[in-house]
Amino acid sequence: MLTLPREMVDAIVAHARRDHPDECCGVIAGKDGVATRVFAMENAERSPTGFTFDSAEWLRVYRAIDDADEDLLVVYHSHTATEAYPSRTDIRWSVNTPGASWLLVSTREPDVDEVRSYRIEDGEVTEEEIRIT
Amino acid sequence: MTIEVRIPTILRTYTDGQKAVEGKGETLAGLLDDLDGRHPGLRGRLVTEDGALHRFVNVYVNDEDVRFLGGLETALKDGDSVTVLPAVAGGAR
Repeated sequence: MLTLPREMVDAIVAHARRDHPDECCGVIAGKDGVATRVFAMENAERSPTGFTFDSAEWLRVYRAIDDADEDLLVVYHSHTATEAYPSRTDIRWSVNTPGASWLLVSTREPDVDEVRSYRIEDGEVTEEEIRIT
Repeated sequence: MTIEVRIPTILRTYTDGQKAVEGKGETLAGLLDDLDGRHPGLRGRLVTEDGALHRFVNVYVNDEDVRFLGGLETALKDGDSVTVLPAVAGGAR
């Protein structure tokens, strides 16, 4: 189960809507499993079907999290025309962020917010509940 | 000549858990060859069989992504700092 404050979920959905029709991406840092802050990041691909963390920004974000003794709790991104479920590409890349949940937002419907989170281990996807506080 | 190389958590199995190691080389390629001698397998995670930088990693020299410098031929000098991070990407496609 992933616990997130309402404001963080709202910020992530707003980010996804802002970047639509391109995919958005970012991370949530946490300490001892508790979410501390959201980093809304730049999708260097600027694509409706893919994202890549901008490399210079990723170095800054990675260091900020490390310097604060926090962990990478969540990697989030949006799908703009498909469901909020990890694609094969997502599964392949998730091996680079072991321990982090992959949270997906779908912006395929203008008035429906689809926000779902997953643990991906050894190529297997397991959905986890998002508890909003 | 000494160059500090910071290693991300997921690659620390190749460095006995150390978060930073030291090496030397005139270029990034030379440095990685040097490191591979003491940390076998590390180079293989950063360079493909074709001798290209692996797309699953970002390598920075003094905080600049080497893809914008000279790639594996990026020149190095004493005191330079190299950082390796896992690349992160994905998407519906």
